Amino acid sequence: MNNMNFRVFSKTGLKRHYSSHAVKNFQSVVGLEIHAQLNTKTKLFSGAQNSFGSLVNNCVSLFDASIPGTLPVLNRKCVELGVLTALAFSCKVNEISNFDRKHYFYADLPAGYQITQQRAPLANDGELKFQVFTPGIHKKPYNKISKIKQIQLEQDSGKSLHDAELKRSLVDLNRAGAPLIEIVFEPDLEDGEEAAALVKELVLIVQRLGACSGRMEEGALRVDANVSLRHFGEPLSTRTEIKNIGSIRGVANAVRHEIDRQRSVLQNGGKIINETRSWDAIAKVTVPMRDKEVVQDYRYMPEPNLPPLRLNLTTKGDHKDVLSVPLIRDQLPVLPEESRTNLIKDFKLQPVIAIQLVNEPTLLNLFYTLTSDQHRNATKIANFLINDLLTVLNKRKMYVEDCSISVENLSQSLDLYLSGKINLDVCRYVLNELLNDSSLVPFEIVKDKGLLLMTDEKVIEDKCMKVIEDNPKLVKQYKDGKVKVFKALLGILIKSSNDKLDMSLASRKMEELLKK
Amino acid sequence: MKKLSTNTIKGIQNSYRQKEFSPTQFIEKCLETAKKTKDLNAFITVTSDLCFNQSTESERRIRSNTCNFLDGITVAVKDNFCTKDIRTTCASNMLKNFTPTYNATVYSKLMNAGACIVGKTNLDEFAMGSGTVDSIFGPTHNPWCHGENCRIPGGSSGGSAVAVSSGACVVAIGSDTGGSTRNPAALCGVVGLKPTYGLVSRHGLIPLVNSMDVPGIMAKKVEDVCLTLNVIAGPDELDSTTLKTKFNPIIIKDDIDLSKIRIGIPKEYHCEGMSDEVIETWQYVIDLLANEKCIMKSVSLPHTSVSIAVYSILNQCEVASNMARYDGLEYGLRAGADYSTEELYASTRSEGFNNVVRSRIFAGNYFLLRQNYEKYFIKALKLRRLISNDFNNVFNVDQGVDLLLTPSTLSDAPLYKDFISKNNRDQCAFQDYCTQPANMAGIPAISVPIKLSRNKMPLSLQLMGPMLSEELLLNVVKKIENLVNFPFLEMQ
Repeated sequence: MNNMNFRVFSKTGLKRHYSSHAVKNFQSVVGLEIHAQLNTKTKLFSGAQNSFGSLVNNCVSLFDASIPGTLPVLNRKCVELGVLTALAFSCKVNEISNFDRKHYFYADLPAGYQITQQRAPLANDGELKFQVFTPGIHKKPYNKISKIKQIQLEQDSGKSLHDAELKRSLVDLNRAGAPLIEIVFEPDLEDGEEAAALVKELVLIVQRLGACSGRMEEGALRVDANVSLRHFGEPLSTRTEIKNIGSIRGVANAVRHEIDRQRSVLQNGGKIINETRSWDAIAKVTVPMRDKEVVQDYRYMPEPNLPPLRLNLTTKGDHKDVLSVPLIRDQLPVLPEESRTNLIKDFKLQPVIAIQLVNEPTLLNLFYTLTSDQHRNATKIANFLINDLLTVLNKRKMYVEDCSISVENLSQSLDLYLSGKINLDVCRYVLNELLNDSSLVPFEIVKDKGLLLMTDEKVIEDKCMKVIEDNPKLVKQYKDGKVKVFKALLGILIKSSNDKLDMSLASRKMEELLKK
Repeated sequence: MKKLSTNTIKGIQNSYRQKEFSPTQFIEKCLETAKKTKDLNAFITVTSDLCFNQSTESERRIRSNTCNFLDGITVAVKDNFCTKDIRTTCASNMLKNFTPTYNATVYSKLMNAGACIVGKTNLDEFAMGSGTVDSIFGPTHNPWCHGENCRIPGGSSGGSAVAVSSGACVVAIGSDTGGSTRNPAALCGVVGLKPTYGLVSRHGLIPLVNSMDVPGIMAKKVEDVCLTLNVIAGPDELDSTTLKTKFNPIIIKDDIDLSKIRIGIPKEYHCEGMSDEVIETWQYVIDLLANEKCIMKSVSLPHTSVSIAVYSILNQCEVASNMARYDGLEYGLRAGADYSTEELYASTRSEGFNNVVRSRIFAGNYFLLRQNYEKYFIKALKLRRLISNDFNNVFNVDQGVDLLLTPSTLSDAPLYKDFISKNNRDQCAFQDYCTQPANMAGIPAISVPIKLSRNKMPLSLQLMGPMLSEELLLNVVKKIENLVNFPFLEMQ
């Protein structure tokens, strides 16, 4: 149980001034519903290609366009990925689930209904354990669990494009009928940071499973957040729903702003109305969605064209129409939570480092590869990946998974740095060079450019002596007990040697000479 | 060419082999009949050129001795089955100009078997009706009594029944949701089979009620119905509700022994409004079968009387849902009003659908509302289960019966002017009384013509059996056919 009440600070560090009375009296309650597009070649009920960014209306089967007389045929791969995800969240997978039609008229919903699983979903009663840690907001990570009410398979809709100038709407059906799982969480979170951390963990999990790309910017994963405030110990009160939040920080911000908005409404004696709102990431406000003002009655009805979806829960006997859940369970990979535990246990990493590594699957894989050489220090490797490689990539606005540096080149750069042959700046420079031209070799870069650090003690001693001779004033100050100037002397040494000395060696030598 | 009206597929193909006449000659004859009987309005589209091409293909195959089951056999298909490059209208303004780019499985299978399509037949709009009077292309007339004081052919597959009865084709495909194949077959004096739900693929059949729709088969002789069933039945990847087990072709024996067959007479089918002639016909066949040592037994299907109301609710709910796709965006009619999407939808749907369709959509949406769902839809589903259980009980192995014998309709074909004096809903509630319970239970049922009424109109009876009892049904019908020797229509 986590009953901590969080004071919320905005990213810019502005402190919110709530009276202690109000803070004590209101508890924010947040629940998420997450739609994840399944990573399959074809759509949920048709053979049309399921891919992002294809030519408009080019991945549309007759069924996707709701041509009369066409019928849905369930894609087995979608069921498999749905079950795999449900198992990863420790859900109870249902032996029999059903499909329902959810009716509403919208231009990008060709059939006038969406096929979903409202009444008997694929799976129920799971949970997601995750850690909440946002540097700058939390001092240290804490654990949180959110309960999953149900996981259902459903169709995505198409996309409407509104041309305000020509006053017309265009429809792209490429996404219509794409497979989604909707994961419905219980309202058991307390703020935006927890919500964002949940989403982050969920993205990591579905990526590991290969179930979903997790690319929120492509709409492959979309978050709806329901938010309400209540007095402690009282039942849940009226909630609002924020639809289609498109990034992890967006989740944190949207929820935080919605909590603030509701709090101020309540403090001013207002009432919260049950409505659907959308998140304006630029203005940083949630705004009511006009077309959803009327309470919809979706007139759910069982989908008569699909027989109940049956699963084999007990044996590994796989059948064309009945998938074996134990067989799918065998495919479960190591999940992020387990990876973090292992990193802390096996490599003695700090929890914060473990979290950061697991957050970047590509870096984590590199970490495992680089640590296979027992001589390297695991913490230094982790720091190198998280601090240096990531910084270089971030500066170039590159995705980690698009990093083109080969493992050999990366380990060579790392070894050059760890053995003190180059310093951190040179190391970053090398990484940059490697990104520019993948045919280069780190050792040759530093050799050609003369970037190798000077480790010859005699040379270093000479350089130090030169600095001491040239700066009698500073030396005197130091000898008089003003040890602070030591740094200044080192600075001069770095400058005069073009930053090519092994500074750990050099500073030891300098100290020795000064103390003589 | 010798008398064709009662010639069977087997007979026709024999004539091809004996070179008595050729497929192209036969097809011409059928097209000629279709043309001569144009006033009956059986066809929405006549596909003469396509039919002719198909017949020359058939001719080639017959000459090279690679004759298929239906080579050179004329078929007509109800205009709610999608046919590639052939307009498929559902007799509705909404789809008046809709030309599918794909074939319904049933149609593909017919074509693969060598059948030649004469045309697409008339129906009540979206198959909602029992008279084939509610079509944007006008009513179809019963070939047994047309012209002045004409009679209806029954519906909604009236066009298909008339096409067979008048001799424009040998076999016709209808659809059967509550009796839409059996009802017009009964009133037009042909055999009409509604197979077990899931035995024949619905892929490409524009749905009325998905959970009850079955493609139906009509022909003058039961052996032709059987042959056609053997061609079109079987699992289909494109229809997830088809039965997964392999279909074994059915064989009709020349003379089966009825002495071990138990036939039930459900007393609830003896209902109010049933004409004396129908009851007499029913008794006549009961006696015939008893004469053949058939075990006749009175049975009870206690939920029969509520069936029609339950059928009506479920029908309207699925209609409301199925019709939601007609919004004027992707295909079909698009009305002019486009100052808002909602207005476009509303005007398209109000121009595109007739009153019957619109009122069913309205009622269906009402039943599906959150506050009504339990009260109507769920209750109707529960009753549907009870109706289905009624059948299970009488077909129970120990003490039950093998088949049920009932009338198909409550009277012979009504006069057109009488029929249209009542509204569509009341007519359906009346006309579908005997036929829709089989759809509720998903069991096979077949209508077979017995004799003519005093009005010289066909009177037919219905046989129903448990799931997948088609073999027994068809064999018993064959026997009845032989016993009653129904006088088929000769068009002049």
